[in-house]
Amino acid sequence: MRLSELPKGAPAVVERVDDAHAADPIAQRLRDLGFVDGEPVRVVAVGPMGGDPLLIQIGFTRFALRRAEAARVSVRSEVAA
Amino acid sequence: MSASTLRIALVGNPNCGKTALFNLLTGGRQKVANYAGVTVERKEGRFTAPSGRVLQILDLPGAYSFDASSPDEQITRDVCAGNYPGEAPPDLIVCVADATNLRLHLRFVLEVKRLGRPVVLALNMMDTARSRGIAIDVPELSRRLGLPVVETVAVKRGGARALIERVDGEVPAAAPVQPDDAASRADLHAQVRELLASTVRMPRATAEIDDALDRWALHPVFGLAILAVVMFLVFQAVYAAGKPMSDLIGDGFGWMGGHVAALMPDGPLRSLVVDGLFGGLGTVLGFLPVILVLFFFILTLEESGYLPRAAFLLDRLMLTVGLTGRSFIPLLSSFACAIPGIMGTRSITDPRDRITTILIAPLMTCSARLPVYALLIGAFIPARKVFGLFNLQGVVLFALYLAGILGAMLVGWVMKHLRRDKSEHALLMELPSYRLPKTRDVAIGLYERGMIFLKRLTGVILGLTVLMWFLSTFPGAPAGATQPAIEYSFAGYIGRALQYVFAPIGFNWQISLALIPAFAARETAVAALATVYLVGGEAEGLGQALAGQIPLASALSLLVWFAYAPQCMSTLAIIKRETDSWRNVAISFGYMFVMAYAASFVVYQVTRALT
Ligand SMILES: Nc1nc2c(ncn2[C@@H]2O[C@H](COP(=O)(O)OP(=O)(O)OP(=O)(O)O)[C@@H](O)[C@H]2O)c(=O)[nH]1
Ligand SMILES: [Mg+2]
Repeated sequence: MRLSELPKGAPAVVERVDDAHAADPIAQRLRDLGFVDGEPVRVVAVGPMGGDPLLIQIGFTRFALRRAEAARVSVRSEVAA
Repeated sequence: MSASTLRIALVGNPNCGKTALFNLLTGGRQKVANYAGVTVERKEGRFTAPSGRVLQILDLPGAYSFDASSPDEQITRDVCAGNYPGEAPPDLIVCVADATNLRLHLRFVLEVKRLGRPVVLALNMMDTARSRGIAIDVPELSRRLGLPVVETVAVKRGGARALIERVDGEVPAAAPVQPDDAASRADLHAQVRELLASTVRMPRATAEIDDALDRWALHPVFGLAILAVVMFLVFQAVYAAGKPMSDLIGDGFGWMGGHVAALMPDGPLRSLVVDGLFGGLGTVLGFLPVILVLFFFILTLEESGYLPRAAFLLDRLMLTVGLTGRSFIPLLSSFACAIPGIMGTRSITDPRDRITTILIAPLMTCSARLPVYALLIGAFIPARKVFGLFNLQGVVLFALYLAGILGAMLVGWVMKHLRRDKSEHALLMELPSYRLPKTRDVAIGLYERGMIFLKRLTGVILGLTVLMWFLSTFPGAPAGATQPAIEYSFAGYIGRALQYVFAPIGFNWQISLALIPAFAARETAVAALATVYLVGGEAEGLGQALAGQIPLASALSLLVWFAYAPQCMSTLAIIKRETDSWRNVAISFGYMFVMAYAASFVVYQVTRALT
């Protein structure tokens, strides 16, 4: 599942970040910010217009990501794990 | 520089308190605020350690990684790597980390360590960490990291004592340089997890209060409502609280001018002192309280942590006009002054977003325009209540700010459609913890702004006012003159020449003339109008003089002109510096001139047809 598809509040774990194109700087930045395998994530809030951007809790930090950025992150549902 | 000077760089993630620490160490007054990307250039300061050694401290922009993605991060990367032009690499790096946010910040600490330079880790915000029940085993962390670790509280006096002791001692040995590749990067995360598991206990990932506040502040409906109320209240408050104080000061100077006039012999010098200095500068000075009230709100909002939330709420809207939520804070700072706003765009990652933000930032009504607005509104708009609640004058002021914002949205939208590169724009913005602003910090911030205003007043504005007085006084009227003397002065000639351009938008020669010094500093328009209207005039105050001699249509046209007009010289200079292109300066000047002229033309012609 993609982070952009994760329902608000549902606990999940990051699997990996996929490059949208070769040498994708956004994907690299996401990895540096802690979107790496095994890291718990959660969608805390969604923007008021068109559900964009998303507010993501990763580690102890909250980041605002647009849906296109969040779509690079592949996640699995926590309950299954 | 003495041989024993130690050069120390403060490095760390954004918003971890580097600048607060810098100010605490050096007694500096650099800007501290609660969002990522406050510091965008290197700043230097020094202090003498207890041992007598001089320490030179470098404050740097925050960075998430040395794989820099924005201009401010590049500065930090280059300074640390010793690639910054004209600067030797630092002798010691003080890596600052927010103790409440170690999952993110420790990774960068490890990245800094790999540079192979001496590093001391400062665990900052220990006060907040303690009150949130976060337990950190500092000796163990230090042992595992292989770095000296000290605790700091950058916002408390004496909060850097441990750090000072440490950096004043022996410089720690550097870790070996390590290469940077994808595999070792992934490894950094594994190391951080290990460190956290063995040395840090977090009762909760986030502060409870943040979660509670965000439930309201980021709510799709209430969130937007709160934002609208906050913004509108600020404008009403600026008017309601600032205006009476301004009037008091303005009247005070008028009264003083009257007394001084009685003491001086009649002549051109008396008109300089009474009309130019007391009438002109006094009126400008009168707007200091209005500006301070505005800054009070800006400073409070900046420190509260609310601004990135507002950026979150508005991101989608801003995207449709070719901007990003990240533009929000630079644009909001532009309400104070476009110059820090334009510099603040360095934290915007995407170069296209950055250019658009730079070009529209001057459309945000800067505080220097406030005196002009307040003067004209006070003179031409009746102080009526509308809807039994709002002051009509406040509503007009709000409308002018809104006009600037809508204009900016239009320009952004046009630029978005002109742009060929339509690839994706990134947001990636951190939302910090809420913080209660400290009275002392806000007071210092206000003092700083007040002093900047007074310096402008006694510098460029005073100079221009004297120049305007000279132009309006000389040469004197010839013998047998039938018109007021000012008609024969230099000012009269220049003003009438300008009128060819400005007559269609309703500006008489006096207003046209006042536009010139306003190009150097907006507020000077007030002093210039005071000079041309009061020199030889009979009216009591400037407001009254204007109301008597300018038709309403011209006044409204002038207000609109100031909302869009090509903004001051310093702004154009900073656009040149930040974008390194004269083309952007030309675009900025050109589009604003056209926009201002068109808008004023419409307002003037329509008002004239209606009244
Ligand atoms: N409670 C607490 N707040 C702190 C401390 N140090 C800094 N702050 C607050 O943290 C926020 C960020 O401080 P800055 O000094 O601007 O952070 P910075 O690291 O320079 O940020 P950038 O310049 O954006 O990289 C401000 O709101 C400060 O008031 C601390 O030790 N305790
Ligand atoms: Mg800073």
